[in-house]
Amino acid sequence: MIELESLSAHFGNAAALRDANLQIRRGDRLGIVGESGSGKTMLALCLMGMAPDSAHLTGRLSIDGRDMATATERDWRQMRSRRVAMVFQEPMAALNPLRRVGDTVMEPMLLHENLSRAEARARALSLFEEVGILNPEQRLRQFPHEMSGGQRQRVLIALALACNPALLIADEPTTALDANVALRITDLLQRLARERDMALVFISHDLAAVARATQEIVVMYGGDMVERGPTAEVLATPQHPYTKGLLGARPDPAEAGRDANGKRRRLPTIPGSVPPLHGLPQGCRFAGRCPVELAHCADQRPVFTPTEPGRGAACHLLSETGHD
Amino acid sequence: MRRLPANFLLGAVLVSIVVGIAALSLIWTPHDPQTMSISTKFAPPSATHWLGTDQLGRDVVAQLMAAARNSMTVALVAVLLGGSIGVALGLLASALGGWVEDGVMRLADLGFAFPALLFAIMLAAVFGPSLTNAVLAISFINIPIFARVTRASANQIWTRDYVAAARAAGRGRFAISRDHILPNIAAAIIVQATIEFAVAILAEAALSYLGLGAQPPASSWGRMLSEAQTLMYLAPQLAIYPGLCIVTAVLGFGLLGDGLRDITDPRLVRAR
Ligand SMILES: Nc1ncnc2c1ncn2[C@@H]1O[C@H](COP(=O)(O)OP(=O)(O)O)[C@@H](O)[C@H]1O
Ligand code: SF4
Ligand SMILES: [Mg+2]
Repeated sequence: MIELESLSAHFGNAAALRDANLQIRRGDRLGIVGESGSGKTMLALCLMGMAPDSAHLTGRLSIDGRDMATATERDWRQMRSRRVAMVFQEPMAALNPLRRVGDTVMEPMLLHENLSRAEARARALSLFEEVGILNPEQRLRQFPHEMSGGQRQRVLIALALACNPALLIADEPTTALDANVALRITDLLQRLARERDMALVFISHDLAAVARATQEIVVMYGGDMVERGPTAEVLATPQHPYTKGLLGARPDPAEAGRDANGKRRRLPTIPGSVPPLHGLPQGCRFAGRCPVELAHCADQRPVFTPTEPGRGAACHLLSETGHD
Repeated sequence: MRRLPANFLLGAVLVSIVVGIAALSLIWTPHDPQTMSISTKFAPPSATHWLGTDQLGRDVVAQLMAAARNSMTVALVAVLLGGSIGVALGLLASALGGWVEDGVMRLADLGFAFPALLFAIMLAAVFGPSLTNAVLAISFINIPIFARVTRASANQIWTRDYVAAARAAGRGRFAISRDHILPNIAAAIIVQATIEFAVAILAEAALSYLGLGAQPPASSWGRMLSEAQTLMYLAPQLAIYPGLCIVTAVLGFGLLGDGLRDITDPRLVRAR
C-alpha cells in the first residue's frame, strides 16, 4: 500500500533521513522509536507529502502503487485525509484556538466528500463517540481552550479519521499528555486501527506505549533506520547497541525508578546526546556514543543485516559475525 | 477582568465623541451648513450660533459637524478599500511564498516610497481635483501598509501546528488562509486599521487644505482651515475650531489603536 525505497531527505548536505526503506500494508501497526532529532517527524512528513520546501528528497515513495515523485501539491491533497492522515504531537497547538472543534473536524468531509453540513455533522458526532468523547453534541460546539489535553487529542484523532484513511500516522501523540491519559490514547489508537483495519504508524519515544500499540517496530537514530523487527522480539532481545541503550534508558514501570532502599534512582541514559545533523559521523551515526564501537565504525556505513526473517539491524558487529 | 489601559479608554471616549457627532449630522445639524447670510457674517457665539458664523455667515457648528461626517466617510472608505486590497495581497504573498511573495513585497516597498500627496496631485492633474481622487490616493497608500502587516502576521500563523493539521486534512492554501490564517491575524489588522484611520483623517484634511480634496461647497476641516487662514488676524477662532477637531479625531483614533495593540499583543500582555 505504501512503499519507501531508500528515501532520503537532505538539508544542504546534512541528511535528516538516510535511505529509509519501509512497506506498510493495510492493518499493519508499526512503531517508530528514537531520541528527538532522529528523523521520525521528517519521515512522517514525507509520508504526508509535507516535508519542508528546504528539504531535498531522493529515493522512491509510492502510495497504492503510484510513484509520488511526480505528485503535485494538488495530487497530495487528494491523498491526505483519504489515504494518509496524521495526528500531531501537541494537542494544545494543533487546534485553531478561534474555531469550534466541530467545524475543524468537519472541514475534510466537506472538502473531500461533498457532504452536506448536516451529514458532516452527523459523521463528526459518530466519530466523537468512536474516539470516546463524552457529551459529543455539546463538545462539537466548544473551542479548544474549553477542553483538556486528552480531549483535544481525541478531537485530533477524530479529525484524522474524518475521511476514513487507510493509514493513520500518530507523531508522538502522547508525549504532551500525563501518564494515565497517554495510556488511554495509546489504547484508543490501537483499537481504532484494529477495528477499522487501518494501518497505524505510531511514533513515540515511550517504549512501553509502542509495545502496547504495535506489532512491528523500527528504531531510528540520526536519520537512519538502525533496527527493525517484531516489536516484542526487538524489545526483548535488542541487537543494535543503540536499541540496547534506549532500552536501558527506559524507566521500567516494574521498578518504578526506585532502588533497593526505595529511594529514587537516576535513570540510566545513553551517555552523550544526539549531535546536530552536520555533526553526525558519515559512517555509523551512533559512532562516538556507542559503547562497543569498532575502529572503522565512524567512516564506514554498516549495511542492514537480516538476522532472522523480518528482523535485522545495521551494525558492523552483526555484519562481521555474519561473515565469519 | 484586567483593567483597560488608559490610552484605550481616552481614545475610545474621543472616538465616540467624533463618530457620534458625525452620525448626528446625518439627521440633525443646528442650521444648514451651507446656508450663507452676509448680514450675520463673523457673528460671535450666541444662542442661535453656538460658535458664531464664518466670513459668509454660515453656522460654524453645523459646518464642523458636516465636516466630521465627511472626514469619517473618507477615512472609512479609504481604509476599507486600501485595507482589503492590502490584506488580500499580504495573504496571497504569505500563502504562496517564493517569487509571488518577493514580488508583492517589492511592490509594497515601491508603494511605500511613493508619497500620497504626489499621487493625489497626479490624480488631480489628470482628472481634476475631487474628493473621490483624494479617497483613491489615501486608499492607495494604505495598500502596502496592510500588505506588510498582513504578510508578517500571516507568516507567523503558517508555522502553527493547526495549520499543519489543516494541510494534513487536505485543505489548500487559500482555504487555510481564509479559515485559519485570517481569523488569527484579525486583531493585528484591526489595530493597524484604527491607526491608519487616524492617518487617513489627517491626510484628508491636508489634501482638502491644499484644494485637492473636498470641493466647495462641501464641508471639510481642511478646507475650513485654509479659508480661515487669510482671516487669521480678523477671526482666529475660525482656524482654531477645525484645528481642534482634527487633533481630537487623529488623537482619538491613534490612542484607540495603541490601546487595542496593548490589549491584543500577547507579548505585551505577558510582560505586564
Ligand atoms: N526545516 C528544517 N531545516 C533544517 N533541519 C531540519 C528541519 N526540520 C528538521 N530538521 C532536522 O532534521 C532532524 C530530524 O528532525 P525530526 O524529524 O524532527 O526528528 P524527531 O521527530 O525524531 O525528533 C533534526 O536534526 C532537525 O534539526
Ligand atoms: S556500527 Fe559500530 S558504532 Fe555503530 S552501533 Fe555498531 S558497533 Fe556501534
Ligand atoms: Mg518529532
